[in-house]
Amino acid sequence: MNYQVNKKGYYGEFGGAYIPEMMHPNIEELQQRYMEIINSYNFRQDFIHLLKHYVGRPSPLYFAKRLSEKYGSNIYLKREDLNHTGSHKINNTIGQILLAKSLNKKRIIAETGAGQHGVATATVCALMGMKCIVYMGALDVERQAPNVKKMKMLGAEVIPAVSGNQTLKDATNEAMRDWINNPEDTHYIIGSVVGPHPYPDMVTQFQAVISEEIKMQLDEHIGREFPTRVIACVGGGSNAAGAFYHFLENESVELIGVEAAGKGVETKETAATLTLGKVGVLHSAKSMLMQTEDGQIVEPYSISAGLDYPGIGPLHAHLFQTKRARYLWATDEEVLESALELTQLEGIIPALESAHALAALKKIKLQPDEVTVVNLSGRGDKDMETYLNYFGY
Amino acid sequence: MSTQNRINQLFQSKKDNILSVYFTAGYPNLDDTATIIQTLEKNGVDLIEIGMPFSDPVADGPVIQNSSTVALKNGMSIKKLFQQLTSIRQSVKIPLILMGYLNPVIQFGVEEFCKKCKEVGIDGLILPDLPLSVYEEEYQALFEQYGLHNVLLITPQTSEARIRQIDEASNGFIYMVSSSSTTGAKDKVSDFHQEYFERVNQLELKNPRLIGFGISNHETFANACKYASGAIIGSAFVKALEQEISLEERISRFVNRIVNPV
Ligand SMILES: Cc1ncc(COP(=O)(O)O)c(C=O)c1O
Repeated sequence: MNYQVNKKGYYGEFGGAYIPEMMHPNIEELQQRYMEIINSYNFRQDFIHLLKHYVGRPSPLYFAKRLSEKYGSNIYLKREDLNHTGSHKINNTIGQILLAKSLNKKRIIAETGAGQHGVATATVCALMGMKCIVYMGALDVERQAPNVKKMKMLGAEVIPAVSGNQTLKDATNEAMRDWINNPEDTHYIIGSVVGPHPYPDMVTQFQAVISEEIKMQLDEHIGREFPTRVIACVGGGSNAAGAFYHFLENESVELIGVEAAGKGVETKETAATLTLGKVGVLHSAKSMLMQTEDGQIVEPYSISAGLDYPGIGPLHAHLFQTKRARYLWATDEEVLESALELTQLEGIIPALESAHALAALKKIKLQPDEVTVVNLSGRGDKDMETYLNYFGY
Repeated sequence: MSTQNRINQLFQSKKDNILSVYFTAGYPNLDDTATIIQTLEKNGVDLIEIGMPFSDPVADGPVIQNSSTVALKNGMSIKKLFQQLTSIRQSVKIPLILMGYLNPVIQFGVEEFCKKCKEVGIDGLILPDLPLSVYEEEYQALFEQYGLHNVLLITPQTSEARIRQIDEASNGFIYMVSSSSTTGAKDKVSDFHQEYFERVNQLELKNPRLIGFGISNHETFANACKYASGAIIGSAFVKALEQEISLEERISRFVNRIVNPV
C-alpha cells in the first residue's frame, strides 16, 4: 500500500487542489517549490535548530506508570504538551514561517479555532519579525479570550470572522478570502493537514518529527522502534498525521485516530467526520465531510474547540478507506473523565483535544505485553475554565 | 445539440456592451427565481448567471455570502432550483448560466446535474472551485455531451501561458476578474488594471471576454466595456434587491442606472 501523496496531490481518491483561479499562482508556487525548499540543507539546519533550542524538542516519551498499571498494559505518552506554546501546532508554524521567508513573503495569515494554532503562528511571526493576521470565528473570540489576548500581546492582529456560524470553518473561509485579495506578498499558514495540495503533505512533513522521535525514544526505552499501537486525536488530523507518519509502512503497528463525538454520534451535536461524513469538496480538497443531502456543510460540535471542524485531512480519509488506520470516537463526557484520570494518576492536565486520545484507552482491549503510545498533543491550560465548571472545583 | 449554444449566438450577434447579471437563487425570497430572470430579460440584460447558494462561498464577498445564507435558510437547493426552472424556456430566450461551488453539484450527482441543465435549457456553468486541470480530466467530456459551456476565470496574476491554456479549454467566453479579489470589492475606476486588460486584448484569444468583480454603476460598467465585450454585475445587483419596492421595479431601476449615464 502507498500512503504518500502522489504528484497531483492525492492520497488515493482524496486531496487535490480545488482552488479558485485567484489562488492559482500562490498554490502553484508552493506545489512546485515546497519539496525542494524543505529538503534543502539550509532549511533542515534552521528547522532542526529552532525545534531544538526554541521549541524544546525532542519532547519526552514518558512511560506513564500508574496509568499503565490501571489498564494492565504499557502506555507511553508523547509529550507534545511540553512544547513551547503548549501543543504540537508549533512544529508546523516553525516549518511554514521558514518556508514563507524562503518565498520572500512579507505578511502571514492564519485561521484558528481554539487559538492554539493562532498563538503558535503569532509566536513564530514575533520571532521572525513578520506581520501576522489571525482569523478567528467571532464566537471563538468570545469563548477563547485568553488566547486572543496572547495573540495580541505577541503583536498579531486578530480579526473576528462574522460569517456563517462564526467558528473554525468560517475563520478558514475568511483566511482564504484574505489570500485571494492579497495575492502577491502573503503566505497562508494553514493549521492542520487540510486545504489544497501541497498543504496536507507539507504539514505532515513538519509534524512527522513526532513519530521520528517516538521511534528513537522507544528504542531507548524497550529496545525496539515499533509499538503495538499509536493513538492520537483527530480534528483536521495534523498531530495524528505526525504521530503515524513513520509507522505507516509498518503494518504491524496499529494506528488509531479518535474523533470528537460531542454529545454523541447519534445526535446533531457531534464532529465525528469519518464516522458520519460523505465524500465532498471543502476548503479546496476532496475528503470526507459532514454535510447535508444537498451538499451544504454542517456545523460540527465538540466541547473542544480544536476538533470541531466539519472536514478531515485527505490522508486520514485515505487511511480510513484503506483500513490502514482505525477511527474511534469519544463523547464530551468520556473525554472529561479521561482528562481527570490522567491529571490525578500522572499529574498531567491534558488539552481537551488530547483527552480524546486518552479516552480511547477504555475502548480497546489492552494486553499486558503490548506497548501503546498516546500522542498527548497539548496541555490543558487553555481548558481550565471548562474543567473547573464541569468538575466544580 | 441541434441548435447552437445561446452563449455563442449572443457573442456573434453582439460585440460590445454586453450586460451580464448575477443573482443568488432563493434570494430575497425562495420563489423569486423566475420573476428575476424574466424581468432582467425584459429590461435588456443579455446574459444571466443564476447563483446556486453554498454554505461556504470562499470566492465571494459579504454581499453574496449574505444572500447565500438567506437563500439557504429560505430552503433553496439545486433540486428546488431545477423545479423552478422547469418551464423557464417558454418565456426566456437569453443565455442562462448556473454559477456555484462544486460540492452541492457533486452531491446532486454530476451527470444527473448536467442532464437536468440540458433539460431546462441551461447554456453554461461557472464553478469557481473547479480548476482547469480537474475540469479537463474529469468534467469536460460530460459537460460537452450535454452542451454546457464551462466558463473559466483569469486574473491579473494569470500568466500568459495559462491564459492560452484557458482559452484553448473554453468555448463560450472567458471571465476576466478585474483584480484578484473576492466578489463585490472596490468600485473605483482607478482600481482597474488597465495594463492587464490591454495585455490580454493583445493576445488575440479565440474567446471573447467579459469583465467581472467590482462593477457597480454606469461608470465602472462603461469603463469595463472599453476593454472587453461587456461586463458582469453581481454584488451590486444583489444589494439593489434589498429595497422596499416591488421586485420588478427594483430590477428595472437598477438596469437603467447601469446602462444609462446619470
Ligand atoms: C492540543 C490540540 N490537539 C489537537 C488539535 C487538533 O488539530 P489536529 O487534528 O490538526 O492535530 C488541536 C487544534 O487546535 C489542539 O490544539
